[in-house]
Amino acid sequence: MNFDFSDDQQAIKRTAKDLLADRFKFERVRELAEAGSYDDDAWKELRELGWPGIFIEERYGGQGLGVVELVILMEELGYALAPVPFLSNAAAGLMIQAAGSEEQKQRWLPGIASGELRAAAGLVRGDEAKLVPDADEADVIVLCGAEGRRVVERSAADVETVATMDSTRRYARVRANGAGDALEGDHRPGMSGAVLAAAAELTGVAQRAMEMAVQYARDRKQFGRPIGAYQAVSHSCAQMLLETEGARSATYWGAWTADAEPETLELAASMAKAYASDAGWRVCSSSLQVHGGIGFTWEHNLHFFLKRAKVDALLWGSASEHRERVADLSAVGVAAGAPA
Amino acid sequence: MDLTLSPSEAAFRDELRAWLAEHHPGEDPPGDDEAFEHRRDWQRKLFEAGYAGFSWPKEYGGRGATLIEQALFGEEMARAKAPQPVNVLGMVMGGPVVITHGTDEQKDRWLRAILTGEEIWCQGFSEPESGSDLASLKTKAVKSNGEWLVTGQKVWTTYAHKAKWCMLVARTDQDVPKHQGLTYFIMDMEQEEVQVRPLHQITKEPEFNELFIEEARIPDENLVGGVGNGWAVAITTLMNERAGLGAAAAAGVRIGLEELKQLAHERGADEDPVIRQRLAQLTIEVELLRLNSWRGLTQIMKRGVPGPEGSLPKWQWGEINQALTELAVDVLGEEGAYWDSPWTYRLLRSRANSIEGGTTEILKNIIAERVLGLPKLR
Ligand SMILES: Cc1cc2nc3c(=O)[nH]c(=O)nc-3n(C[C@H](O)[C@H](O)[C@H](O)COP(=O)(O)OP(=O)(O)OC[C@H]3O[C@@H](n4cnc5c(N)ncnc54)[C@H](O)[C@@H]3O)c2cc1C
Repeated sequence: MNFDFSDDQQAIKRTAKDLLADRFKFERVRELAEAGSYDDDAWKELRELGWPGIFIEERYGGQGLGVVELVILMEELGYALAPVPFLSNAAAGLMIQAAGSEEQKQRWLPGIASGELRAAAGLVRGDEAKLVPDADEADVIVLCGAEGRRVVERSAADVETVATMDSTRRYARVRANGAGDALEGDHRPGMSGAVLAAAAELTGVAQRAMEMAVQYARDRKQFGRPIGAYQAVSHSCAQMLLETEGARSATYWGAWTADAEPETLELAASMAKAYASDAGWRVCSSSLQVHGGIGFTWEHNLHFFLKRAKVDALLWGSASEHRERVADLSAVGVAAGAPA
Repeated sequence: MDLTLSPSEAAFRDELRAWLAEHHPGEDPPGDDEAFEHRRDWQRKLFEAGYAGFSWPKEYGGRGATLIEQALFGEEMARAKAPQPVNVLGMVMGGPVVITHGTDEQKDRWLRAILTGEEIWCQGFSEPESGSDLASLKTKAVKSNGEWLVTGQKVWTTYAHKAKWCMLVARTDQDVPKHQGLTYFIMDMEQEEVQVRPLHQITKEPEFNELFIEEARIPDENLVGGVGNGWAVAITTLMNERAGLGAAAAAGVRIGLEELKQLAHERGADEDPVIRQRLAQLTIEVELLRLNSWRGLTQIMKRGVPGPEGSLPKWQWGEINQALTELAVDVLGEEGAYWDSPWTYRLLRSRANSIEGGTTEILKNIIAERVLGLPKLR
């Protein structure tokens, strides 16, 4: 029993944190968000470091590491709110790696792993996926729904950019209209991986919003003392820690099951997404409250995190939907056996 | 990262599981005294099998178990629904304090009888006017002719009516700042000068008591850790109370959750979408309690100190147990009102979970100040 990263994984985390902190000073993030664009140079750099293919098997040009390494990067990307098309690309890669035929994998994975191709993934309801990150500039889009899974080239699909509250990322609505190829394999491990990547991002977002609140609570003085000395404020910060650490534990555990205990993966992924979706929003909202009026201004950086948290919460299944899945998978509604 | 048990951990767990299956003492018999003696017998059995004081060093009758083994022990006890050994305060707090701060004579005198359950221990910290602000306590001890005379009042003293020994913190110096004037004693409860009056809890159980102490005598050799060091010694006790309990607590609520799911199924409530959401949320939180505890243990083993997540389980556990029992009573509907419903006791007992062993507000203060580094309100 050892619930901690290996030395290599620690090194990945440290490197990612330092690199992202250096490349994405918040003024830069803000500038790109206002312009609605990404940092192409940084994306190129991350590609050269092999990030997009971190979890993709070596024979398809990836680094052959696991979902644990993926969530390590995702958490740091969320913390930095890095404006790069990483999440969408990874989600599509996970789906194709899980459910694609050999031919499909050979066709798409090497490009996704190197970042030469851009891929996106969306959840279809009815005949449309309403919230697909980065679909507008993707080469290929994976669509996953009750009726089946398809991989379609963007040129063959209807892709309509949508403005969301989260200006740090681009989103679109997508209809396949029957185009593309079916993904015939079991897509669930891929979907679970994508959901965990989103949960990891939410964890990073929550961590940052909490740190901002704690710092502000130390610095800001009212009634002659730092506001962090008032328990209404300090207990709210303690609650942020509880929820952020919970999201983190759930995400790491889920990632570990992806690599080591696949029979638990779906349950763990839904637990993580349900919890992190609520936690991300609540931590950001409480952080806003701690900041008072300044937290409500466009000028302050917090709102970018708040909005990302909300959109991530809605992406690839809401907290309620994932909780319903948890109820299903953890045998609510069947006679319970003895716990293992 | 490896969240599976190592072969030796798994072997340990299997051995323990088999032992528990064979020796499980069954449910407590009715009647508070009968239940108490039943648990004393149970403790004796645990002792004979080498499972009492399991984390204590070998030379004091323990097994020198690792933190992981301790956590597994707690999990397996909960899983088997085995009762708490009767001398839990002695094992979790008294013994470790004597081991850490006691003299050799003190160790010889006390440790074995704690483990066998022959001598029950209670904890005399809280007073009517000093709860969360423990260091403000007023019970005073004065030295006279080589022994100490203690006068004051204690309250909420669990098992005082059964106890032979009391871990007592008293003020020995009025003239220094409040944390520095305290001393830690082991007081013999079998004396006229200590009057125990039962207090009934909201569950009606007389589990805790008031102590009226009027010039009770404590020989000098029963002082632990030196005059004026009572605060530091008391803190060890509190730390011991919290360390490693997370995993056992998680296992306990996990059993409760399974029972709740079963209940919801029998009552058809598991079709109700709102109940399903609440059940799923609890399922997630129970899992998180387990995960945070294991993460905390890993940090302690690697770095010697708990990480930030280590301070969370006691708080989390209280909230989960309270939410779980509330949901069970909602599922029962009108029958949830009945006094003899098994969930009534649990609903009521769980109200103490956010008070006993440090209130949730105090835990949040600790997290805010020590983990997040926020300023103190003072
Ligand atoms: C079932 C049970 C068993 C117990 N067993 C024992 C035992 O064996 N031995 C023993 O010594 N004690 C025991 N206790 C006592 C327990 O440790 C105290 O009840 C607890 O520490 C709180 O103290 P108090 O009751 O005086 O409440 P108070 O300290 O008066 O607190 C009242 C309320 O004020 C809040 N509060 C107090 N200070 C602050 C602050 N600084 N910031 C924010 N909020 C604050 C508290 O959180 C609480 O909500 C037991 C209690 C229970 C319920």
